[in-house]
Amino acid sequence: MSSPPTEGPELVPDTATAPLIDKPALTVDGLSLWYGETKALKSISMEIPERKITAFIGPSGCGKSTLLRCFNRLNDLIDGVRVEGDIRFHGASIFDPRVDVNTLRTRIGMVFQRSNPFPKSIYENVAYGCRIHRMQKTRDLDEVVEKSLRGAALWDEVKDRLHESALGLSGGQQQRLCIARAIAVEPEVILLDEPCSALDPIATAKIEDLMQELKQDYTLLTVTHNMQQAARCSDFTAFMYLGEVIEYGETGRLFVKPQVKQTEDYITGRFG
Amino acid sequence: MAIGLHERRPDRVGDAMTWLCCGALAVSLVLIVGLLGVLAWHGLGYFWQPRLELLALRDGGKVLGAVLEREEIPGAALGADGVAPTRIRVEVGNRDLTGADFRWIDDADVVARSEPRDAALLERLEWGNFHGFVRSVKRGDETLASGADAWPALTRLVAEKARERESLERLEKGELGALNYALERARLAERKLALDAPPEPERTRRADAIAAETKALHARYEALAAQLAEVRQRFDAETVQLEAADGAAKELPVGAVVRAVAPNALGFGGRVGLYLSRVWEFVSADPRESNTEGGIFPAIFGTVMMVFLMSIFVMPFGVIAAVYLREYAKEGIAVRLVRIAVNNLAGVPSIVFGVFGLGFFVYLIGGTIDQLFHPESLPTPTFGTGGILWASLTLALLTVPVVIVSSEEGLAAVPRNVREGSLALGATKFETLWRVVLPAAAPGILTGLILALSRAAGEVAPLMIVGMVKLAPSLPLDGNFPFVHLERKFMHLGFHIYDVGFQSPNVEAAKPLVFATALLLIAVVLATNLLAILVRNHLRQKYATRSI
Repeated sequence: MSSPPTEGPELVPDTATAPLIDKPALTVDGLSLWYGETKALKSISMEIPERKITAFIGPSGCGKSTLLRCFNRLNDLIDGVRVEGDIRFHGASIFDPRVDVNTLRTRIGMVFQRSNPFPKSIYENVAYGCRIHRMQKTRDLDEVVEKSLRGAALWDEVKDRLHESALGLSGGQQQRLCIARAIAVEPEVILLDEPCSALDPIATAKIEDLMQELKQDYTLLTVTHNMQQAARCSDFTAFMYLGEVIEYGETGRLFVKPQVKQTEDYITGRFG
Repeated sequence: MAIGLHERRPDRVGDAMTWLCCGALAVSLVLIVGLLGVLAWHGLGYFWQPRLELLALRDGGKVLGAVLEREEIPGAALGADGVAPTRIRVEVGNRDLTGADFRWIDDADVVARSEPRDAALLERLEWGNFHGFVRSVKRGDETLASGADAWPALTRLVAEKARERESLERLEKGELGALNYALERARLAERKLALDAPPEPERTRRADAIAAETKALHARYEALAAQLAEVRQRFDAETVQLEAADGAAKELPVGAVVRAVAPNALGFGGRVGLYLSRVWEFVSADPRESNTEGGIFPAIFGTVMMVFLMSIFVMPFGVIAAVYLREYAKEGIAVRLVRIAVNNLAGVPSIVFGVFGLGFFVYLIGGTIDQLFHPESLPTPTFGTGGILWASLTLALLTVPVVIVSSEEGLAAVPRNVREGSLALGATKFETLWRVVLPAAAPGILTGLILALSRAAGEVAPLMIVGMVKLAPSLPLDGNFPFVHLERKFMHLGFHIYDVGFQSPNVEAAKPLVFATALLLIAVVLATNLLAILVRNHLRQKYATRSI
């Protein structure tokens, strides 16, 4: 890990656009990432507020998914990935060698672009994390499963078929199951990587409503292609382009009065 | 120029290709059906009893037998009416009297043919079948029945003797066998004592214990031998007086008759019953007369048990290797070399594996085990000779590449996002592998097992040098402690086919058995595969990874 750069103001292109955040859950500090020789993230610095929804928007290949996967160190799995800079979770570096990556991933959960339920029953999908971490006795597991499914607004639809295969659910239900699975281990942060891109508008609306409820308890980070979605449901938005955060601010302000030309061009559809 | 929608654009090449593919499939299907058909025709016909015909010959001789086929006499001149002279092949039985079971008879030599209802066919323990007429049944010198009463009396007695033979076998193979086994163990214990040479009080104590046990065993042996002699005397008490078609008389102990039938008096139902009872005997009984008669149960058992043992060895080994190659090893030259080596291993001729098994498993490992754990029975080897354990291990080695390759494919087919889903929940790599990846890859892994099973069940060459025998005195699984005898030699259907067909003293009689055994081998392979396929389909349903 390189020492965190100190010349803060230079890293955020326009200090005026950086939002004021009093209690950041996550702090990104001069983060750069290389896939082999290709630099995919370029010195990103930003603060993610607690219990808010932060959306990352930008054209394909701008590095928003890569950045999201840095928060739970899922990029570790890819050969040839190199990281510089730092991400601090409640003040502690997540790249610290003493950090147990499995514990980190328990506290920072993730929901993927394509729903990926395990080839198991609905019940076992939700109970999976608890079983792995031996959190609950089997007796209490039923409660955890019910609570998580209710939390993901799925309980009423599946309560009669908990022990059927999760693959029998519709795409939207599967995605909510993945959310239930993520919240069953009681994380603090949930990363949502384009959670609605494979869903129809009705299923998308359900997930968006769910996100509003979840932000009472969790810090949410979401990547989306859909600008209306970002505008509708996020509290803060970061616009990324070619591996850089071009503009980051409160969603209402960013969409109404973008301060950088590129942001304006993108959200008005002039490119992207 | 506009093309009308109803105008057909000819697609000659496409049509031809469709027909070609269709034709190739049809040819394959015809070949498979043909293969099974030929085996079934030759094999299943063997159990069907044709009528016995009494043929009066021109030279005054008489022959009683089943006419099996008719052909033109090769090289003979045409007859006066322009028709080629023909001859028939007759199964005449009575090998002990005439020297051969089969006889070619020119049709021209046959003066009269009839199908006497009292013509009898006796299947015997020795000398094959007897064709002739039952005259009387005697116990010692006392005549029990004669004339028309002789046949019902005989059938009754044969059924009785079958039960007696069963209890005799139980005594000989079961109790006497167990006793012999215990005696042998006592002898080995004595020898071990001599080899161990422990200090004095213990030596005497152990020697006394062995002596006492041996004495008790001998006493039981004496009692059992006396009992056996008595049963055997009773068993051999009755005889049947027979007369062959040519008038020759023959006396036979009823105990030596396995089955007595009068084929010409049987109705259709009776013949079907006879057919089924013969098929049942074939699959459930021990072989007789150097494998040319009786059943092939030990060979079925040996094949199934060997294949079963092999799967126990090959599955963990192959799956673990595949998991390491696919999940843990870093992709590079070393892994590529290993993969090439594994693939080439699959192409090594199977006899080479046999030779390796002999040198490595039998001589090296088996020999070492003998020296370490069974020194008392040397120079007779226990594990240092071919046995079912070494045969299964050799075949496991032969089939492990197949399992590795299919398991790797199965693992590769598990989508990455499912693995990431598990890791993102904080599961370790091993937990992900164990709880998500392996279950999802199970169908692919089982496909490997199915291929391995088919390959292993058909292998003969390597087994001939690591433990397969023509006739095994006892099964590798029995009632004597420790019940599973992995060091024992075993029989195998594949080798049985070769042995019966080409090493038998009575090739003509054994020929149908070759086909029947081959058919059974296919059935056994099919049954094991079917079982594995059912398990795989069940898992596939349970662990499907794709849904939308």
